[in-house]
Amino acid sequence: MVTSNTELAYNSKIEGEVIVSRADAVINWIRSNSMWPMPMGLACCAIELMAAGASRFDIARFGAEVMRFSPKQADVMIVAGTVTYKMSSAVRRIYDQMADPKWVIAMGACASTGGMYRSYAVLQGVDRILPVDVYVSGCPPRPEALLDALIKLQDKVKREPSASKLLSA
Amino acid sequence: MPAALDAVAALKGRWAGVTERASLDHPAVNVPASDLLGVLAALRDEHGYDLLADVTGVDWTPGPRPRFTVVYHLFSTTSHDYVRVAADCADDASPEMPTATGLWRGADWHEREVFDMFGIRFPGHPDLRRILMWDEYPHFPLRKDFPLAGIETALPDAQVVAETKTGAIAAPMMGGPFVAREGGINMSDAEPRAKDESWSERRPKPDA
Ligand code: SF4
Repeated sequence: MVTSNTELAYNSKIEGEVIVSRADAVINWIRSNSMWPMPMGLACCAIELMAAGASRFDIARFGAEVMRFSPKQADVMIVAGTVTYKMSSAVRRIYDQMADPKWVIAMGACASTGGMYRSYAVLQGVDRILPVDVYVSGCPPRPEALLDALIKLQDKVKREPSASKLLSA
Repeated sequence: MPAALDAVAALKGRWAGVTERASLDHPAVNVPASDLLGVLAALRDEHGYDLLADVTGVDWTPGPRPRFTVVYHLFSTTSHDYVRVAADCADDASPEMPTATGLWRGADWHEREVFDMFGIRFPGHPDLRRILMWDEYPHFPLRKDFPLAGIETALPDAQVVAETKTGAIAAPMMGGPFVAREGGINMSDAEPRAKDESWSERRPKPDA
């Protein structure tokens, strides 16, 4: 059907100030575009994490520039660096203090598998203590790879059945 | 480096137990543990070795007895050279060495590290705790009887252990460690990727 309506966006005169959508779409849209990271910067990868936050790579383009050093205000923990056994308890405790819903990005070889540190002192992959959503390869990964991981995580969040989870919680 | 050699000669004249130590770079002396603090004080106050650059340990297993040696590197900020002082720990089972924290406050963390890695105690140290591993860790990782891969150990935080059911594991080297030794392994064969691929720089790539 041919219509004379050339508006591409919401038009309050036509649509009567009502938008119909799915709850999942709205919730996931909000969640995925304001993922505040908990910067768990533990070693050299943290430098690339900082680069991702700075002007050239500008993680703000994806709504994740608000690095929160309080776990209560964070949504996604970016484990950037070598997790030693001594630090692992602290990492797990900080994860436990983050409010639901929460996600984890394991950034770099160390956080994903222990990396080159097959040693008595280093946790062999942060997935031994945390549920990891996205792994980023590289030693260190470039900032673009971290941004790619963030976009992948946003896609994952957009597919979550958030509304039914919220109602059943 | 005449200053350091003068210092070594002076020390040998003053302490009968001080002997010269084979060294490829800086002048070095062996010192009995009982004379150690005197020698270090003389080097600092009379010969200008005012900076304690490093304290470390050696485990000689399966070599000569006594098993443990503590090594001190002193630097002179006026003549810009080093002298090395080594002292053996008399007791192999519970090695001890008098603390140098009375001479250099900076010896504090160095000695904590030697204690953490070798289990050598420093009587008189103000705060001898582990510095790298967690306090409850039962092993001394740089001792020769400690396997390179590590030993399975419980983590310190009981709540986290209960939640995650995980602990420190032994992490075998998967064909490593990838260090080049004299007459030893060829690095491109030893590298993990080389094991998965049928060709390396020494074995030509097969025709596709
Ligand atoms: S993956 Fe590489 S760059 Fe990242 S923390 Fe480990 S060693 Fe450093």
